[in-house]
Amino acid sequence: MNDLPEGVRPLTAEEAKTRRKRSLAIALTLGALVILFFVLTIAKLGPQVLQRPL
Amino acid sequence: MTSLSNSLTADAETASFAPAVGGEVRDFFALLKPRVMVLVIFTALVGMVVSHATVNPVIAAISLLMIAVGAGASGCLNMWWDADIDALMTRTAKRPIPDGRIRPDEALAFGIVLSVGSVLILGLASNWLAAGLLAFTIVFYAVIYSMWLKRATAQNIVIGGAAGALPPVVGQAAVTGHVGIESLVLFAIIFIWTPPHFWALALVKSGEYARAGIPMMPNVAGPDSTRRQIVAYTLLLAPLGLVPVALGFGGWLYAVVGMVGGLGMLAGAVQVYRLREGESERKAAMGLFAFSILYLFLLFSALLAEQGLGLYRAVALSGFSA
Repeated sequence: MNDLPEGVRPLTAEEAKTRRKRSLAIALTLGALVILFFVLTIAKLGPQVLQRPL
Repeated sequence: MTSLSNSLTADAETASFAPAVGGEVRDFFALLKPRVMVLVIFTALVGMVVSHATVNPVIAAISLLMIAVGAGASGCLNMWWDADIDALMTRTAKRPIPDGRIRPDEALAFGIVLSVGSVLILGLASNWLAAGLLAFTIVFYAVIYSMWLKRATAQNIVIGGAAGALPPVVGQAAVTGHVGIESLVLFAIIFIWTPPHFWALALVKSGEYARAGIPMMPNVAGPDSTRRQIVAYTLLLAPLGLVPVALGFGGWLYAVVGMVGGLGMLAGAVQVYRLREGESERKAAMGLFAFSILYLFLLFSALLAEQGLGLYRAVALSGFSA
């Protein structure tokens, strides 16, 4: 936390909160994309794709 | 370079730099023009429903979501490009970029990522015709309309209205793989509906548009010419709104809504034409603006109720039967 370039101040509490919320939104969006691609794959290929010989 | 480094050194000595924080999540959401997105979802859904295609509902839902995201992305790119003139109008001055809550480069990156992502996922989920049409819609709105037409010609919203009219076409292409007469009729209805809708607002807001240097019809051709054109477009719109009945995909419910709504639009346009002074002029224009939204919503709701909920009862039109 102490490796800020010279002259750059640390974030205020409000700014840190904004950045945290944004990071959380990006994480949720990425998670939603993973689920979307999984669901889309199953919908396109059909549930039989999960039935494979072990 | 010397002056720049001197300046940076001076800044560092006197004040510290704020690290880049970026806008808030709700500001990014506002960039997508959520109210327009709702309208796009609604009209695209109707485009899908009137197609009567057999399609996996998951794929249809993902397609609809991507059409909405693509529309939001084009709205974001529009706000990025128009930030300078948005700052000059009270209606738009509080948008995230002119209000300083989001940096222009953030909005540009956000808009591009969503545009590319929505087109690619729509292509993978449904087909590349639908994806191509969505890409065309985004480019038409963000480049042809926002960057070129809007500041160049009084016909800006007439031609640019094509972008707002395309969602039913994209919706039908997504579930059928082709573009049929049903979605083209819906395209035509929204396309002809756009000028009286926007010019009614432009009559009231002409001062703001003049300050921002946007050549809206009342500022270029004058309010009287605009009123005549509003009546002309509404005369086209009222019968056009009944074409789905003639083609057989609008039933009794749609016919009644189309006739009553069309007469309401004509009455509103005549009021705008007649009342040209004082508060009554403003009330007539805002009345038509508000009613036009209700008219389009009811037309599409009737189609959704008939085709999606099974309320369709055919209207016997012997003269139109094939």
